[in-house]
Amino acid sequence: MNKKLNLRKATPWISAIGLFVIWELIVRIFNIPPYVLPTPSESIMVGWQFHDAIWMHAIHTLYTTLAGFAIAVVFGVVLGALVGSSRAIYDAANPLLVGFNSVPKVALVPVLVMWFGIGTVPAIITAFLISFFPIVVNVATGLATLEPELRDVLRSLGATRKDILIKVGFPRAMPYFFASLKVAITLAFVGSVISETVASNVGVGYLMLSASSKFNMPLVFAGLLVIAVMGIVMYEVFNIIERRSTKWANRANQST
Amino acid sequence: MSKSFVELNDVKLRYSEGDDLALETTNMKIKKGEFVAVVGPSGCGKSSLLKLVSGLMPPSEGTVLVDNTEVNGPLKIVGMAFQNPTLLPWRTTLDNVLLPMEIVKPHRNRLRKHRAEYEERARKLLATVGLEGHEDKYPWELSGGMQQRASLCRSLIHEPDLLMLDEPFGALDAFTREELWDILQNLWMVRPFTVILVTHDLREAAYLADTIYVMSKRPGKIIVARENTLPRPRDQEVTFTQPFTDLVHELRSHIRDVRAA
Repeated sequence: MNKKLNLRKATPWISAIGLFVIWELIVRIFNIPPYVLPTPSESIMVGWQFHDAIWMHAIHTLYTTLAGFAIAVVFGVVLGALVGSSRAIYDAANPLLVGFNSVPKVALVPVLVMWFGIGTVPAIITAFLISFFPIVVNVATGLATLEPELRDVLRSLGATRKDILIKVGFPRAMPYFFASLKVAITLAFVGSVISETVASNVGVGYLMLSASSKFNMPLVFAGLLVIAVMGIVMYEVFNIIERRSTKWANRANQST
Repeated sequence: MSKSFVELNDVKLRYSEGDDLALETTNMKIKKGEFVAVVGPSGCGKSSLLKLVSGLMPPSEGTVLVDNTEVNGPLKIVGMAFQNPTLLPWRTTLDNVLLPMEIVKPHRNRLRKHRAEYEERARKLLATVGLEGHEDKYPWELSGGMQQRASLCRSLIHEPDLLMLDEPFGALDAFTREELWDILQNLWMVRPFTVILVTHDLREAAYLADTIYVMSKRPGKIIVARENTLPRPRDQEVTFTQPFTDLVHELRSHIRDVRAA
């Protein structure tokens, strides 16, 4: 059993290393020039060479992403609570939300630049705009799918709307909420990097853009890898938080 | 001053304006501490009757009185249990049973300070339904029958005067169901409260109720109110006696008539 567990833990590493090996082999066998597709080893080496710059830009990207994500969480929970607890608000907000979510956020960056100038602020706002939607939808779904019988039980005890929300609605929506955080944090990276690419002079997005303008493809790929790693780490952080805080919803995979 | 605890006077119900009647002119008088069962074909508005009495749904016409006061909003003292136990999966059995205490006044203001006292009370109640030793388990660790017992405890912990049961034993196997009949009867005999039990199980109605109302198919209407004078406490032996089977047969023929009508 212990062996099996170890194997399960090793699987993601094996698949990641496997991908790099295949990538490396394809580039070498077909002799693809580095300005088209660099090898992973080259990208990692160049990344190491520029690690000071990458570190600075990565920290900045992480900061804008988390800032936008934090705003998205607060906004998403509040809006989700409103939408999920009132039919009227749901009807009013739903088309707007869906319409807004369908707008490509990259198209909004120039607008944000007009309002806030280039740099950190539009990146934070883009990260926020792109990541709040799944949180709203999931929190609202968690609240709206409350069993009618349970609502009746509580109402016939004299529970107010607020009682029902606090005692049942929110705890019940927790698994939905945490599931949405995992999606939202990865989207937030997309938002901040898009904005940095279009209009910034700092951040991994900017680093990649300036590297590609100098045909330094290994550095572009190093930037991509850094974003991917940050995304995986943050996803895993929220995955762990989710499993810790809503054990009751994950009982099926508790036994190993 | 009427002596009845629950009174329905010429109550009609339609779900929304212009709809067909869901409930046709219904009159009921239920005494305090009476155990009432309502049987009828599915979709006849039995569950709506419960919602009317508990104030979760207003009647379209007529009045509903509980304790001589007209009902015009959710009553605040009712216990309810459904076919689906609806326990909260993030709470232990004990905390599930204590849920009403967090809502019903005056308990909600006393609970934090007197937690031990309330827990003791919940444990005692759980013990009477045979859930001793399961207090700290989560609902998903309990069998369907045990969950339903916990649900029953939750509906009774605040000692409501009125208990509404909507096919609470419908999803259970026959042995568990009959076991729970006895448990419910015991609880009711120790501290009589008024019960309205909606069921499609005629034996269940005959076993538990003082009065059995038979409803017609939609639009629902009470066509028979049958007194059940079998002596209490009733036990499993009763179900094999002639008066019991006669009663069940009589109810069955009423149901057959309304279904054919």
